[in-house]
Amino acid sequence: MKLNWLYIAWRNLASKPLSTALSIALLAFGVGMVSLMMLAEHQLRDAFDRNIKDIDMVLGAKGSPLQLILANVYHVDAPTGNIKLSDARKVMRHPYVAEAIPLAYGDNFQRYRIVGTEPAYLDHYGAALTEGRLWAEPFEVVVGARVAREAGLNVGDTFYSAHGLVDETDVHTDKTFTVVGVLGESRSVLDQLLLCNVETVWGVHEHAGEPVDEAEREVTAVLLKKRNPLAVLTLPNLIADTNMQIALPAIEVNRLTQNFGLGLGTLRTIALLIMALSFASIFISVYDSLLARRYELALMRTMGSTARGLYGSLLLEGGLLSLAGVLLGAVVSRVGIALLATLVEDKFRYDLSALAVLPSEWLLGGAALGVGLLAAAIPGIRALRLDISRTLSDA
Amino acid sequence: MIRTENLTFRYTDTSPLLAFPDLQCAAGERLLLLGDSGCGKTTLLHLMSGLLRPATGTVSIAGTDLSGLSGRELDRFRGAEVGIVFQRPHFVQSLTVLQNLALPGFLSGKGTDEERARAMLERLGIGAKAERRPRDLSIGEQQRAGIARALIHAPSVLLADEPTSALDDRSTERVISLLEAEADRAGAALVVVTHDTRLKDRYANRVTLNPVNEGA
Repeated sequence: MKLNWLYIAWRNLASKPLSTALSIALLAFGVGMVSLMMLAEHQLRDAFDRNIKDIDMVLGAKGSPLQLILANVYHVDAPTGNIKLSDARKVMRHPYVAEAIPLAYGDNFQRYRIVGTEPAYLDHYGAALTEGRLWAEPFEVVVGARVAREAGLNVGDTFYSAHGLVDETDVHTDKTFTVVGVLGESRSVLDQLLLCNVETVWGVHEHAGEPVDEAEREVTAVLLKKRNPLAVLTLPNLIADTNMQIALPAIEVNRLTQNFGLGLGTLRTIALLIMALSFASIFISVYDSLLARRYELALMRTMGSTARGLYGSLLLEGGLLSLAGVLLGAVVSRVGIALLATLVEDKFRYDLSALAVLPSEWLLGGAALGVGLLAAAIPGIRALRLDISRTLSDA
Repeated sequence: MIRTENLTFRYTDTSPLLAFPDLQCAAGERLLLLGDSGCGKTTLLHLMSGLLRPATGTVSIAGTDLSGLSGRELDRFRGAEVGIVFQRPHFVQSLTVLQNLALPGFLSGKGTDEERARAMLERLGIGAKAERRPRDLSIGEQQRAGIARALIHAPSVLLADEPTSALDDRSTERVISLLEAEADRAGAALVVVTHDTRLKDRYANRVTLNPVNEGA
């Protein structure tokens, strides 16, 4: 017949299921919230950074610079308007510019945006075709991995586009798009776009076969990569008199996450408070069990247990509570991020996945365990100082 | 066996000094300590089991002088050599009766033979309750389980603190007989501390404690 301290600690916790469950639930919730925020922040930042990759500046129509970035780098907001290609060329051909990728927003297909661009856009995100070929003619499209999956598009399929970016009612039935290629997963915005050449977008809006006049040709934005750091200072002057602006993604995203961070900060404070509460609850739980089991502890001393042995067993109870809370918290945060992911994916078409444990989460778990042990260690000191004789006499 | 010499004790520096007569009880023998409430019976029992340290004098059990042991050694020694039956038996309530019987063996590091524990419960008539929680047992059954626990690890001294004061005549007879039989089986010295007059003529070897002698 084998007994051990772990089993005794477990039996003691199991014999007061309500208080044990409360301690664990509080800690799990606190740890879960904090780690959920860590995960969400990490993944959002990751997604932002991946899409911003080497885009130093975005040239587009005047308006909110943040909107310009959101619309053209992340494809989540409406564009600020169009700019004349002839004006944009002045910037695109400037010696300070290493690479310039034009984007022309056209229509949508089942709410996925159709973007007219150049093959360099694919190369930029390192996207490769898994099927078919690149577009060669107007109205040939290459579809992102997600679009292909969700809309069920394959090479050879044809479809009509709907006017605008989200409207699905006004369908242009005079022009037929043909899928010529499908992109592999690049975990970038390309996954949720349909890509074609810029002429296609102009073509959709041709009227009665009249080609759009050279001078009237427009694009929505141009993604710029600088060759010279001075570009950031020089180029805005170049376009001062036009309806164009240049926005810096890094700065706009920073501004966004700073505002966003404020909300996260409040949530984090609440989560930390919940964690503090859970530690108080572990403290009370151990303290309570100490009071209720004073006689049992004295009894165990008469049966040969050292004071340290008893102290250790109380620490073990606190440790088990914390461990259960931390593990459950990790599960809570994963479930949370999965729920959040479906929400975000629906709304912004962004993937939040990758449930790997972050370094900061190890730190969080370790700290929670440590504080949980401490919450048991302080009341446990009474077990070390227990006056066995008096306790037994009082009973 | 157990022997005390010149034992005195005081709770605090200002409280009266308690002096106790010298006692001796060899293996297989019995000793009755009689006295009314408040004459220091429990104090003496705690001194004998090393739960309290005397002001002067010595307690030796199986040839070991308790005053020579550190706190940790004393805990271990007590666990191995002393069994205590309390007036009201207490148990670790989250464990079963059988697991409670395994506690002394676990805590003293001696280990417990499950067969022996079950056989003991059988002899005491509570074999069927081995897997139950202590609180599910009647007071009489708990008292018997308490005796089993005090003797399971074959201590050389069995100390019983008012083992019968809460019981009626029939149960008293039954419990004290069990105590004697089990102590004999284990070859332990049995020391019964009581104010229960039903027991006073039971053993020839008996010591009556005097009320606390102020200022002695």
